Amino acid sequence: MSRSLYSPSGTLPPALRDLQTEIKSYADEFGLDTFPVVFETIDYRHMCEIAAYGGFPVRYPHWRFGMEYDHMLKSHTYGLSKIYELVINTNPCYAYLLEGNSFVDQKLVMAHVYGHCDFFKNNHFFSHTDRRMIDGMANNASRVRRYMDRQGVANVETFVDTCLSVDNLIDPWLPFRRKETRRAPEPAPPAEGGVEQVGPEPGRLHNTRSYLEGYINPPELLAAQKAKKKQADEAQKRKNPPHPERDVLGFLMQYAPLEAWEADVLGIIREEAYYFLPQMQTKIMNEGWATYWHSRIMTTRALRDDELIDYADAASGVTAMGPGQLNPYKLGVELYRHIEDRWNTGRFGKEYDECTSLQQRAAWDKKLGLGREKLYEVRRMHNDVTFLDEFFTEDFCREQKFFTFKENRRTGRLEIEGREFSKIKQQILQQLSNFGQPFIYVVDANYLNRSELLLGHRHEGVDLKLDYARDTLRNVERIWRRPVSILTILDDKPKRIRFDGAEISMSDEPAAFRV
Amino acid sequence: MISRIEQDHSRFREIIRGKIRQNLRKYISRGDMVAPKGQGTVAIPMPQINIPRFVHGDNSGQGVGQGDGEPCDPVGGSGKDGPGGAGKAGEQEGGKSLEVEVTLEELAQIMGEELGLPNIQPKGTHSLETRKDRYVGLRNTGPESLRNFKATYKRALRRQVAMGSYDPARPVIVPIREDRRYRSWRTDPRPQTNAVIIYMMDVSGSMGDEQKEIVRIESFWIDTWLRSQYKGLESRYIIHDATARVVERDVFFRTRESGGTMISSAYKLCAELIDAEFSPEQWNIYAFHFSDGDNWSVDDTATCIQLVKQQLLPKCNQFGYGQVESPYGSGQFIKDLRSAFAKNIALVTSEIKSKDDIMDSIREFLKGGR
Repeated sequence: MSRSLYSPSGTLPPALRDLQTEIKSYADEFGLDTFPVVFETIDYRHMCEIAAYGGFPVRYPHWRFGMEYDHMLKSHTYGLSKIYELVINTNPCYAYLLEGNSFVDQKLVMAHVYGHCDFFKNNHFFSHTDRRMIDGMANNASRVRRYMDRQGVANVETFVDTCLSVDNLIDPWLPFRRKETRRAPEPAPPAEGGVEQVGPEPGRLHNTRSYLEGYINPPELLAAQKAKKKQADEAQKRKNPPHPERDVLGFLMQYAPLEAWEADVLGIIREEAYYFLPQMQTKIMNEGWATYWHSRIMTTRALRDDELIDYADAASGVTAMGPGQLNPYKLGVELYRHIEDRWNTGRFGKEYDECTSLQQRAAWDKKLGLGREKLYEVRRMHNDVTFLDEFFTEDFCREQKFFTFKENRRTGRLEIEGREFSKIKQQILQQLSNFGQPFIYVVDANYLNRSELLLGHRHEGVDLKLDYARDTLRNVERIWRRPVSILTILDDKPKRIRFDGAEISMSDEPAAFRV
Repeated sequence: MISRIEQDHSRFREIIRGKIRQNLRKYISRGDMVAPKGQGTVAIPMPQINIPRFVHGDNSGQGVGQGDGEPCDPVGGSGKDGPGGAGKAGEQEGGKSLEVEVTLEELAQIMGEELGLPNIQPKGTHSLETRKDRYVGLRNTGPESLRNFKATYKRALRRQVAMGSYDPARPVIVPIREDRRYRSWRTDPRPQTNAVIIYMMDVSGSMGDEQKEIVRIESFWIDTWLRSQYKGLESRYIIHDATARVVERDVFFRTRESGGTMISSAYKLCAELIDAEFSPEQWNIYAFHFSDGDNWSVDDTATCIQLVKQQLLPKCNQFGYGQVESPYGSGQFIKDLRSAFAKNIALVTSEIKSKDDIMDSIREFLKGGR
């Protein structure tokens, strides 16, 4: 491990320490509410290492970290990309600065980091994350290492590969639900001779005329309905899970026939997946927030005259838009600025929305000055989907010149399709919902009464990538140790893909899976 | 201490090596990786090794972008290289293929393991000793031409600062005798076995581009393997139709001539070349000849067999004859050679019908370990 060249103790060089104090004072002045931040300067190799580990100094051994490292190191060496900074969601918040960056770059990065840190601390979706995750990750690592010593490296590695195959199948809302037992509690048996039926009798039609009762609600029909209902209830009661379950990882952990170490490894993967979840949920908001604040702090406070050009160069790099791509930094920061402006001038609410005069709208200014307050509220309450859904307005869309594009089948070229607001918004939201991942549920753990596992894919307009789906099924089977199927839709036809341990088969289904 | 990431990284490299080995046949039969990149490494394109997950399939090239433009204007880039939309960036690895760099030595090792090639025992006890000088450090004495200015300046500066004679306002540094530093070198004696490969190729009218491509690929792999076995491998290239000449490597692979085929001309030239430059006592000599086997006359074939028997085989570690199939060739020559040298293990023949046979052919040529 390399340490900073500037100072023997491995802490921040004095010049940067002073800088941190300065930036911190600006952050406080603007009302950013952060954990204590610990900066460290590291060289680029170390930076790539930590970045490959997702920001953590220690992770369990796995080749994919090596692959990431290889990739980042090469990109850096060839000058394709550069990691300026790394910051992780812990308390205290650790942030890494790249050794050898210019002073103004470090300044920018520090301001950026304070933005992130404020977001980590205050955004609601981070409220359930473990703020001592550095220790958590290190503990997980040493547990995995211990299993490797006992079970053999290859065994454990293969199992980790298998688990990673399903590590996106988690329930984003699970941390916010009350702890509930997975099985519905057994209802108390009806008292002897007591009224068995609670609620309306199944199949009984409303009837106020008693003389018609036998005609409208024939007793034999009612009895049949009752028996049917009872049967369905029984089936439902026996069914596991009682309702489709999105936390596939958790379900497998609880019910798959795993050895103790396997269950623990699966648990580790799940824990880390849940830890990283909010960062994926709030990519645009988080980066936008940090960008907003580095720009605000730099341009109004920290920047010296002679640093202007370098700052502008670095900042424009951060918010540069590739053609046909959305840059989360850019989208986020523009949206925050737009919100601030709207709440400063009062361009919201019924009155503004119903105003049809363009002239009036353009000149609209109620001098409310609520912008800053609104920003803090937004950063506390929203995630990317709700953020875009709520604040991506037609005005914003037009100002920022958004368009939808489509591939021209004839030329294979991507071409601008149009600038229709509703289409643009729909497209963006679709790409963001569930972070662009498909919705997968556990439907039945005893499918066909053969203890086969049935998964369901809630189809939202885009098919699953078939070759990946097949390989993933194989991996799920390896965990479940019984045949595994998934209900999905391919080319508008409901299908079931099944892997029985030997081969993949596909069959038509009468109906698509719905929740 | 090996850092953690180094361990993960080397594990990743191991997996990559495994993948290369699995797909070696495919890689070998492809010409595009033959072009060495940089020094002693080749770049092997490899599909990203992804962990399979349930993911959405191709979004049929839709997305949202930002900027000026009218409908039907192209969106950046060209073709299908640049799709990607909101939220996608960063989360999906996309279709990029990984390019892994492998040193030729590593590649040869992988090939050797996969093909089960034995290591070559250099013939004879003749080992040449060469010396190589390397600059390794600094010392206090030496010729002025090797003076290291930077180190000398630093010493002088340090001395002046220590003595208090350094004036920041007028920073004049005057080195004295003791300050001077000179580059020093070390001479490494290196035992060396020398080897030369002489490639001969038929460039007569019947050898088409595809046939040459096969020769090119095959000679690259033979080259790679022998290079891993010998330090300091030389190569010579001979092309022939009815007459033969020694050419540069580039010319060797690009020339296309028309005209007849007299294989003996090449063998004659090869023998002369060996006599003139590579004495068999000091060199391990490998000769490979590639042709479509359509020799001019029976007489010439007899001359060839004489030449091989009397001149080439006694001098070479191995003589290899590879026959590529061409639409015109009769393919008689390989049969003649085989019947004449049925028992001689120093002569190896191999038929290469298509690119897929290259790997087997290489195995044929090199499995003797000579």
